[in-house]
Amino acid sequence: MRKQVIAAALAICLCAGMLAGCGGSAAPAAGNAPAAAAPAEGAEGKVINIYSWNDEFRQRVEAVYAEVDHTSDDGTVTFLKDGCEIHWIVNPNQDGVYQQKLDEALLNQGNAAADSKVDIFLSETDYVNKYTDADADVAIPLTTLGIDPNVDLANQYAFTKTTASDQNGVQRGSTWQCCPGLLVYRRDIALDAFGTDDPAAIGELCKDWATMETTAATLKAKGYYAFASYADTFRTYGNSISQSWVAPGSDTIVVDQKIVDWIQTSKAWLDAGYLNKTVKGQWNDDWNKAMGSKSSVFAFLLPAWGIDFVLRPNWDGDMGAWGVTNPPTEYNWGGSYVHGCVGTDNPQHVKDIILAVTANEDNLLKISRDYSDFTNTQPGMQKAAQDEAFASEFLGGQNPFAYFAPVAEGIKIAPLSAYDQGCVELIQNAFSDYFQGIVDYNKAKSNFETAIMERYPDIKNVQWPD
Amino acid sequence: MKKVKSVSYAKWGYLFILPFFLCYLVFSLIPLADTVRYSFYEYYRSGIKEVGPNFVGFQNYAALLQSDMLKYAANTLILWVIGFIPQIGVALLLAVWFTDVRMKIKGKQFFKVVIYLPNLIMASAFAMLFFTIFSTNGPVNSILMNLGILKEPVDFLGTTFGTRSIIGFMNFLMWFGNTAIMLMAAIMGISPDTFEAAEMDGCVGFKKFWYITLPLIRPILAYTMITAIIGGLQMYDVPQILTNGQGTPDRTSMTLIMFLNSHLKSKNYGMAGALSVYLFIVSAILCFFVYRMSNDTDPTGEKAARKMEKKLKKGGKA
Repeated sequence: MRKQVIAAALAICLCAGMLAGCGGSAAPAAGNAPAAAAPAEGAEGKVINIYSWNDEFRQRVEAVYAEVDHTSDDGTVTFLKDGCEIHWIVNPNQDGVYQQKLDEALLNQGNAAADSKVDIFLSETDYVNKYTDADADVAIPLTTLGIDPNVDLANQYAFTKTTASDQNGVQRGSTWQCCPGLLVYRRDIALDAFGTDDPAAIGELCKDWATMETTAATLKAKGYYAFASYADTFRTYGNSISQSWVAPGSDTIVVDQKIVDWIQTSKAWLDAGYLNKTVKGQWNDDWNKAMGSKSSVFAFLLPAWGIDFVLRPNWDGDMGAWGVTNPPTEYNWGGSYVHGCVGTDNPQHVKDIILAVTANEDNLLKISRDYSDFTNTQPGMQKAAQDEAFASEFLGGQNPFAYFAPVAEGIKIAPLSAYDQGCVELIQNAFSDYFQGIVDYNKAKSNFETAIMERYPDIKNVQWPD
Repeated sequence: MKKVKSVSYAKWGYLFILPFFLCYLVFSLIPLADTVRYSFYEYYRSGIKEVGPNFVGFQNYAALLQSDMLKYAANTLILWVIGFIPQIGVALLLAVWFTDVRMKIKGKQFFKVVIYLPNLIMASAFAMLFFTIFSTNGPVNSILMNLGILKEPVDFLGTTFGTRSIIGFMNFLMWFGNTAIMLMAAIMGISPDTFEAAEMDGCVGFKKFWYITLPLIRPILAYTMITAIIGGLQMYDVPQILTNGQGTPDRTSMTLIMFLNSHLKSKNYGMAGALSVYLFIVSAILCFFVYRMSNDTDPTGEKAARKMEKKLKKGGKA
């Protein structure tokens, strides 16, 4: 009998060991706090879990949230003065990994222990709509948290508030940044091609697309490219479409006339040699190299984060070689939204963090000064535009806020849908073959239709403008 | 008092293999059954809202037949052939050289390790390396331009031919060592007497390869081929990384598993399940052939050898 018991116990141990070994991928780590029962009503949990795709938000929180004491060396835990801990759960944005992990966590939110529940998560403009959806109900309305958007967030740019609202107009997120884009140009190329690198004069040459085309022809004659890739101009068209890609409740993708304009212009410009044929899309090695000193690309269309996070690391020449001026059309590119997650056990902390990072004007100005981020405060940015303390060494002492601020005021944000990310990504991919001359226009259209219906099984039709 | 008639030790055996079967049940069999079950359902996620599961019968299967699935199957086959032909050719050549007693190659063990090395690199890392090497501003183009062979950089990955060749070449590089080692084992299994006898009869060089080696390693050769086809059916990592999951240009390097993966982006378990079932059926048919071969009636190759000797004798008379 004893042998039997031992054998059975061994078998069970072995089995449990194997199960444990295999099942390690679920749910984020519960942290070192004991997995006790949920705290009593009204009491705050000790662990605040924040989902994001890089350490940008952590830097912002560390910079401006007064409760922060210190962060562990590996950057995964931030200790607060009141004894609570912020646990950072970072997954890369590439290939939808961040959203997959976040979605899993959100689906488990109901069953998760209090200290492993998601408390705050971030989303990007391309997919913010998926999470602010009222039916999905995963982001807490700000009013429920005790934030009145009309009072507490009165100074934010209106379009950022619209973007973070659900279909009923209830705001379910807030952002510290606003991402008006500018035209960033190489001063040495400007001097060579136009005899001046003065932002006002260059701005005049880039004031609209018709003028821009003439300018591009001049650049071409001198052996330069106007922009690196057809994808560079996409946001100026794609982020100002008049109706959303998919109307609420519809199963049809409506391709806006603006997108077709982008396709036609890009093809014409590429054939004319205004764009570099070897740079296919963005975020690849060729694109990064086009930002280096050996490249002959005149300009990029980038928002504040693009200058700081993308252009600057790729530039290998002297400081002050780049300048900024107004883009051919006002546009917005990107933006990270902060959401309180339904089911959080730390509503007070969530409220405090959102207010500290996205509403307090002094904090926002500090972020602008320290990280050259264009922040979400209208009066603050107007001040920054006048203040020489905001001048950038990288831009040769130019104050970019003087150009960002007016663009931000002029932004008309495109109506969003939950399908935006796939549409934006796949239309660029599908038409890339057309631009390169591998397929004809109609084949590219049908390739886009195939790809989009694969990505979104609930899409049944694609409607093109006449 | 009852008398114990016999002691059964079988139950202990069962108890000890129980953990494996439990794990197999939980982690393999149930998911497998679920895959088949969901293939009859409409079941996906739209944003973070789940749709389904709603029973739709064979709709997913029908939809797949109407889609470009067969085109992707053809792509997969083409990519596989491009890689497999040089792979088997080079592997055979190396296997014959390395096992030939008259060649006296030095450092055999060293070379065996070297040819196997590419297989140890992760396919995704390998694909990223090739993506960089063959990009329009990459080293291959700069070298060719500096040598004066090219005037303009060639967009290797922008053409169907270029992309497919690169994928085929990578698969060849990764797998020829593996195949070569397997074939070496097969050739070393042939009795040296056979070779000696053949040589005495004046059979040398290519004839020896064609009339002795090749027929005698046929079962292993066929096994290699079938497993390679099954591996080829599942081709995924190299083209996925090299073309950023798009199968560019014009979806001509989109393989079946990449197609499957693009359904999984929206957690479309129904469609992905149906595609998996199709793949399962094809693989099962191929496995059936492998099974038939490994259970042949001539395990030691004696019959085949005898037959061959007869044939050779006939050939000698002629």
